[in-house]
Amino acid sequence: MSSPKSTFIQEANDLLQMLEEVLLELETAPESPGQIDAAFRALHTLKGSGGMFGFGELAAFSHHFEDAFDQLREGRATVSPELIAVSLDSRDHLAALLALGPDEEADEDTRIIGDALLARLRKLMDTPADVSDTFAGQPPAPDAASAEPVVPRRWSISFSAEPSALKNGFRPELLWDELALLGSLRLTCLGDNVPELEILDPGECYLRWEMELETSVSRERIEDVFIFSMDAEIEIKALDPVEAGVASEPDQDPDSPAETATVTENGPVAAPKSESVRVQADRLDDLMDQLGELVIAQARLKSICEKFDDPRLESTVEEIEALVTGLRDTTLSIRMLPVSRVFGKFRRVIRDLSLELEKPAQLITEGGDTEVDKNIIDSLTEPLVHMIRNSLDHGVEDVAAREASGKPATATVRLSACQSGGEVLISISDDGAGLNAEAIRERAVERGLIAADQYISTEALYQLIFEPGFSTAKNLSSVSGRGVGMDAVRRVVDDLRGTIDVKSVAGQGTKVTLRLPLTLAIIDGLLVEVDGDKFVIPLSSVEECVELPDIETARDDGRTILRIRDQLVSYLSLDKLFGYNISTRSHRRVAIVNADGQRIGLVVDDVLGQLQTVIKPLSPFHHMVEELAGATILGDGSIALILDVNALVRRATTVMIAA
Amino acid sequence: MTKTVLSVDDSPSIREMMAFALEPHGYTVVQAEDGNDGLRQMSANNIDLVITDLNMPNMNGIEMTRAIRADTRFDGVPIVLLTTEGQREKMIEGKAAGAAGWIVKPFDEQKICSIVKKMIG
Repeated sequence: MSSPKSTFIQEANDLLQMLEEVLLELETAPESPGQIDAAFRALHTLKGSGGMFGFGELAAFSHHFEDAFDQLREGRATVSPELIAVSLDSRDHLAALLALGPDEEADEDTRIIGDALLARLRKLMDTPADVSDTFAGQPPAPDAASAEPVVPRRWSISFSAEPSALKNGFRPELLWDELALLGSLRLTCLGDNVPELEILDPGECYLRWEMELETSVSRERIEDVFIFSMDAEIEIKALDPVEAGVASEPDQDPDSPAETATVTENGPVAAPKSESVRVQADRLDDLMDQLGELVIAQARLKSICEKFDDPRLESTVEEIEALVTGLRDTTLSIRMLPVSRVFGKFRRVIRDLSLELEKPAQLITEGGDTEVDKNIIDSLTEPLVHMIRNSLDHGVEDVAAREASGKPATATVRLSACQSGGEVLISISDDGAGLNAEAIRERAVERGLIAADQYISTEALYQLIFEPGFSTAKNLSSVSGRGVGMDAVRRVVDDLRGTIDVKSVAGQGTKVTLRLPLTLAIIDGLLVEVDGDKFVIPLSSVEECVELPDIETARDDGRTILRIRDQLVSYLSLDKLFGYNISTRSHRRVAIVNADGQRIGLVVDDVLGQLQTVIKPLSPFHHMVEELAGATILGDGSIALILDVNALVRRATTVMIAA
Repeated sequence: MTKTVLSVDDSPSIREMMAFALEPHGYTVVQAEDGNDGLRQMSANNIDLVITDLNMPNMNGIEMTRAIRADTRFDGVPIVLLTTEGQREKMIEGKAAGAAGWIVKPFDEQKICSIVKKMIG
């Protein structure tokens, strides 16, 4: 169940991410009151809510942090690079405190880090250490002092509400009820202030009340009842001699700190939001699983229906099919998130890296609103971080070398996303030195990946950088040497059923493109038959289907090229490729697919039709078979394998080259 | 008849906490994410009590309080401000704008309930 606590954690995470973006924005444009205000508001929320949800230390730290931004807001301080640096570190500290979880205490190290950060902040802000140390992050404990036993006493209370009180929602009778609970109450209402009828405004309150209360509770408790009656005339007097009539203004607390907060101009205009509900991700996964089963059940129903000749059944089955399709599309769209969610994190990565490596760099992002399945987004962060590190560490030259080759000193790393058919392309490009094909070749030979005299295309050579343990960097820096390697990048992309393309021009830069499917769970597929077995070709890669002229089948000169509308398309026979008996059927079909950008035909015995394909993963053993993207269960309960067209064509092509 | 409380806050966790605290006691909680949204919800629902944050984007709590008070349809609907310690000037400003009371953060569920009970029974 989603509790306010988990909502808070999620919200705090969002706020921290937003804070990071705002700080980076401020670093480039220090004079933007909107950003300062946004940062202030984020910290204010963390401070205000943290304590209530068990994050006392987070709240306390935010309080001091917020002070700094309050000063910025009021123009008492200015944004400096040091401030941004401290603020970013402080943000990270907040993230660490949040990660501790509710009701946990930070360990000694974390506390020392926190204190050091606060000291740095104070130094920048010129705030003496003791001024702002009054914040209590925890909800106030029940006041023990007020519970002291008091002998019953008589109090005289006179109260007159301000004229606008009723309009503002003041309900005197509720106060009297509350007072009556404290002891025995004698109440008199006085109408002596009520004006003449001609000038009486029925919406205003002209009444006064005199009360006598006999109670054993303390004065504070009585004052508590009138807690909101700050402007109204309220007088509480003890009638007993023990406490001689001391008039009191319950709400005027002379000790309250004179902290000021000016009214804020409205900050950055929040992007217009459509109404939204937060849902836990695993519920979406459950929904998707059940939907998958529903699709399979529906296919079974359809195949049963075909055995009966009943129009009523048929129309119902058709209706269910349409509904299931609609439900699938809606469910998929729920899971789609804009890529900007990951992109946002990379500005920080670039900033920190370029400082660490002393290579000035800027990040340009494009197509952040491209939408991808949430699970894909989640798995992408790590690999992208690693690729960006790699770009900056290995790709981008140092300043001297860049200037020598006439490039701007500041390197540009470009992160872009776009949708293309059923795929999302995410590419990272830099304007660095490009890949060193010779060095890669040497290293590959050294590691025994290729023979010394082996011919290998440049593309295939570049793919070798994704082999485990492959690095041409002469000495591993702290940056690229840690965490995941490029092989891990490829593993993630493979798991997502995606592919990686590398393009590189010496001296001009490198561009790595990840091609990923839009979604992982259900696709539209084309069901085909080869020698009695069924396969599914993802419909997103199918361009058209044509008939294979029988004359082509009869041909035995090894030519595998078809002429389709004056275009030559080479084709592969799946029966040969998969080692089936060579088909002798006539009128075979060719599905023309798009694989890695080229049109290629896949010859099959028959095309059976389209179907919604629920992708079920293969067993770990079969997982190694690259040509297969998974399996699916058909309406009649049998299993069809799903082809990974790109991998299939790629393998077939290399086999041909090798042959 | 159930009473309806409008919780206006740009922080969803505060709004949810309101709902969490008040709904078991038989109140209905309507949520709004800023002052503009709050005004929309005021018109769309029959609200008995407003609990609003002060710092919000687009329209803050004080501006919203003024706007509600300027609308005679909402006469008699009390507005309670959520403040943090040391925002005494804000309290005074809010009071002048027509707020009926305030709740100082941090607060717990019990405190919310007792204040709502005090305001609307």
